Amino acid sequence: MPTQNAPASMYRSTEGLGIWEHKGKVAAVGIGHSPTARRWDETTDTSLGAWSILALRRAIEDAGVRPDEVDGLVMAQETSTGSPWPSDKPIPEDFLNTYKSTDNPLDGIARLSADWILMNMPELTNVNFTMYGPGCMSNAVVTAAQAVGEGLTEVCLVLKGWHNFGGRYYVGQGAAGGNTVTGPGKYSTLWGTVACYTTAMQFEAYCRKYGKNHDMMAPFVVNEKRNGLMFPEGFWAQHRPEVLTVEDYLAARWIAKPANLFDNDIPIMASAAYLFTTPERAKDMKQKPVYILNVASDRTRVRSFGPTLEEAEAATDETGRKIYEGSGLSPSDLSFENMYDGFTLFHQFHLEGIRFAGVQRGEALDFYATDITIEGPNPASPSGGNAGAGRTRFWMHTDSIQQIQGRAGARQISKPAEIGVSGGPTPTGGNFTVWSSTPG
Amino acid sequence: MPKQSPVPDEVDKPFWDAANEDRLVVQNCIDCDRLQHPPVAKCPDCDPGTNLEWKEMSGRGRVYGYGVMYDCPVTILAEDQPFNIAVVELEEDPGIKMLSHLPGTPVDDVPVGAAVEVVFEVTPTTGQKVPEWRVVG
Ligand SMILES: [Zn+2]
Repeated sequence: MPTQNAPASMYRSTEGLGIWEHKGKVAAVGIGHSPTARRWDETTDTSLGAWSILALRRAIEDAGVRPDEVDGLVMAQETSTGSPWPSDKPIPEDFLNTYKSTDNPLDGIARLSADWILMNMPELTNVNFTMYGPGCMSNAVVTAAQAVGEGLTEVCLVLKGWHNFGGRYYVGQGAAGGNTVTGPGKYSTLWGTVACYTTAMQFEAYCRKYGKNHDMMAPFVVNEKRNGLMFPEGFWAQHRPEVLTVEDYLAARWIAKPANLFDNDIPIMASAAYLFTTPERAKDMKQKPVYILNVASDRTRVRSFGPTLEEAEAATDETGRKIYEGSGLSPSDLSFENMYDGFTLFHQFHLEGIRFAGVQRGEALDFYATDITIEGPNPASPSGGNAGAGRTRFWMHTDSIQQIQGRAGARQISKPAEIGVSGGPTPTGGNFTVWSSTPG
Repeated sequence: MPKQSPVPDEVDKPFWDAANEDRLVVQNCIDCDRLQHPPVAKCPDCDPGTNLEWKEMSGRGRVYGYGVMYDCPVTILAEDQPFNIAVVELEEDPGIKMLSHLPGTPVDDVPVGAAVEVVFEVTPTTGQKVPEWRVVG
């Protein structure tokens, strides 16, 4: 049977479910990352497929298991950041000669199926559980955690890859270049909205509601870029080690005011993989286990055009309550937060939703003016997120695991990294994970 | 501002046909007594959710919020940058929201909360009219 998307029943998307039944019974152990690139150079060994295999092999090696011990694979099929492979362009010959193909010629190039991975990783001889956690790593992580908890797999790889191709695929391309519009765009892009427009509109409403302004975002974004430059796996650290100053941020051009250039992230290519297992199996592995204390999902249905500020706040409040209900924790238990930041202008919804460092609604931008660095008492987004390391939506998870394992290198927070939370992507739709140095 | 022409489909044709007659209609689920926009084939709140009708609106609303576009991907709007994109909420149900360029309102000087009324703007390619909104008073 072809690999299926995780069923809705595997997600903890409502309140009132109590403590997660698998609290402390699932652990992340291994981490593997590919290099990063701005765009694919069309050579085989930097392809989406090659880099995804590389990330998986590194996660296996990092955990110190044999490939034949792996019995599960949870991943996302989608790998697009918006960039399509042109329909009239042949797949490079060398790629086709190097890898086995599925019946979809774009497999390993512009999408990834579990079949493609397993066909091209012959060392994975005992994988008997595969599942898609669609969209991003946040989804794959909660799906894999639930799967290990339910006993569907004991040694599970979790994978997310991203491709990005050459050429412009955004401004004036495709539907945006036409004189007519079909589909959902009739109610949005018809007016010229860009991806960050809705977040910009929410942020403007937020500033009006609480008497804040866009300049107050500068310390957060500067801190994101600083943390990102200390993330050797990340794009900016590898390719463009540019320090962002408050002045740079305040002078940046608008994309959709009040969202500027630095409130948006840069599309890149990269793959990351984790190895999840049970605490019992983790005892024999190479790295310190990071226990998962809860997984929670948000499935907000937006009423009309939006989400609005009110919908974003209600959804992230609910997410916060779910995170604490299922883990039995409270905000003061968090050593750090790694909630999603792509766009930077919605990070405060997530941060306030979990009441990180006691921050209440409307207080996040004032909180950003306090010490939110990795050295301080309240490390905010120590991963640097998408803003600091490129658009992958997985830095927050990698960093959370590394922080608690004590392997975050220059980014290691000064206070003890005991418990952290990561997840996203959007305030009104995402998946969230609570990580801990101990099982309970 | 010249806009792309929306191409109606089976689900939303009544909305766009009404716009061509200078009328604003919004989909309503009769069973839930609840307005829904953008139009959908099936009410998300009930089963089978197909007991849908089109209700004529007053064409009055309020500005909920806005952003200003500086880097718009849509080619035919690019030369008009920067421009406002406001979110308008309808008088009949503020939960129902539509976008607007707010013709006549200066860029980045959007009166949030102000009353607006619908106008219908012809799009150049097909002549299909689009609901737009103007600040009143
Ligand atoms: Zn209904």
